[in-house]
Amino acid sequence: MSRLLVNFDLIFSTFHLQVNLAVPAEGTIAVFGPSGCGKTTFLRCLAGLERSTTGSMALNDHRWQDESQGIFVPPPERSIGYVFQEPRLFPHLKVLENLQYGWKRTDQSKRRITLDQVVQVLDIEKLLERRPSALSGGEQQRIAIGRALLTSPHLLLMDEPLSSLDLPRKREILPFLQRLDSEFHIPIVYVSHDLHEIVELAKTVILLKEGKVVGSGPIEEIFSKLNLRHLIPENHLGALVDTIVVEQDQEFGLTRLAFSGGHLSVPHHHQKIGDRLRVQILAKDVSLICSPPSFQTSVLNLLEATVVEIGEVNTEHPFVDIKLDIGCPLLATITRKSLTTLKLHPGQRVHAQIKAVALSPGTHH
Amino acid sequence: MLNLDLGPLWLTLQLAGATVVVLLLIGTPIAWWLAFTTSRARTIVEAIVALPIVLPPTVLGFYLLIALGPHGLLGGPWKDLTGSPLSFTFTGLVLASTFYSLPFVVQPLHGAFEAVGKKPLEAAWALGASKLDAFFTVASPMAIRGYLTAIVLGFAHTLGEFGVVLMVGGNIPGQTKVLSIAIYDHVETLEYAQAHTLSAGLLLFSFLVLLAVYTANRRLPIHVT
Repeated sequence: MSRLLVNFDLIFSTFHLQVNLAVPAEGTIAVFGPSGCGKTTFLRCLAGLERSTTGSMALNDHRWQDESQGIFVPPPERSIGYVFQEPRLFPHLKVLENLQYGWKRTDQSKRRITLDQVVQVLDIEKLLERRPSALSGGEQQRIAIGRALLTSPHLLLMDEPLSSLDLPRKREILPFLQRLDSEFHIPIVYVSHDLHEIVELAKTVILLKEGKVVGSGPIEEIFSKLNLRHLIPENHLGALVDTIVVEQDQEFGLTRLAFSGGHLSVPHHHQKIGDRLRVQILAKDVSLICSPPSFQTSVLNLLEATVVEIGEVNTEHPFVDIKLDIGCPLLATITRKSLTTLKLHPGQRVHAQIKAVALSPGTHH
Repeated sequence: MLNLDLGPLWLTLQLAGATVVVLLLIGTPIAWWLAFTTSRARTIVEAIVALPIVLPPTVLGFYLLIALGPHGLLGGPWKDLTGSPLSFTFTGLVLASTFYSLPFVVQPLHGAFEAVGKKPLEAAWALGASKLDAFFTVASPMAIRGYLTAIVLGFAHTLGEFGVVLMVGGNIPGQTKVLSIAIYDHVETLEYAQAHTLSAGLLLFSFLVLLAVYTANRRLPIHVT
């Protein structure tokens, strides 16, 4: 199993970055946190653009930094692709020459990604002969992504790469980013403040706050941990469920998804049967009942659940979060009053009602 | 037909050309350091580089004359090494002009490198370019306007120097008698026709060079802001 091992300790005038981590280097590792928490500095340390004098960093058997043994591999020799927040294209070179800049400096034997692949996937063929100054912001960022990919890096660092793109363009590039790992086996460290992007892309999440790691692990775990809820904005709290499309109900325009704990119905989603789909069930869209409803209900998704944990009860706040098990974790936000009425306690069997409309997959946010 | 010696003109162009070449070689690393260092010595170096702008050429010439002399800081070792003195020679004149025109090359380059900034360089490093590679393939082409300005100002400023040359160069035909000195000589001896011809020639030449450069500058595709 490939791993990314990181140990940085770096003091700046405004904050102190202290990161000590070992995460699986697979798929997208999202780094999330409020602005000024050190996300960008963390990326710069990984790239070798900042140097933590007591730090170490390794990706599998590539030891890029180990200050205890005097090892510090400078950025050009690290085989890391870096997509900065702003495109940073070279203004004196044509788009094609920008794309080829890193490619030319990559050993022939190490080139795994071709110009054709990149041009096709990023849809930039028409731009190749232009100057960067003649491109829109989104076009420039696509070139920057392509330029980094063409070095066939072992690790791709992306600092809010989609923040300058419009929504349709984001949706176009997101699936491509998802495929990077499976097609090219390039793990991505992805800095973002956009939870939709993270829900869509990430396998692993690192939560940073004031330069420190306050949580890291598989995204399903992080998003269903009650003690991290204060880091996640109210309307984003909710468990992630990985599902497979099993049925398309044309008559009612619904799509049926299977997951480890049963089935879910969601509004029609044009994906093929057998496709994987990650959905987020927002905690505010889940309600709890202690026995199956004797009245008929309009809610389509009714799942058996066990109460796992009851979140912090704050008397100044009318709501409380409940963690449930439906075969996978599920979060529900209910009122304190309901908590008392239902006499909820860990281990209790309940039913969770999920409004189908609340189950919109990440891409449709 | 005027009895006009074109030697001084040729010598002047040689001097200005050689000085610009030396200045680009010395000025580039100085400007680079000034643009990217965080050292406190930066302001001191900046002030030293700018000195020739405010000092009267005669003051600079006076100190250079002492430094370049057979017992001077530069002239002494030079004489031990080559057997010939530095003062009142063409080499000495190039050296003196280098000091004299230093700010006119360093300052435009400094500004240009600052405008390029660290960001494109970091991008180049991350793409596998070494620092030197990134300097030649990214920073220099992006700073091309700065280089043009530096070359023009360095050349033109050297072309027009008088005081420093008079102090350290003297007036040796073929060695140190440059155009400005030749014009002065002609005026001194009331040869106004020759003085006119040389002056008008220098005026026209300078104008044409500047015009050509500014035209080229306008057509350059790179705008670094």
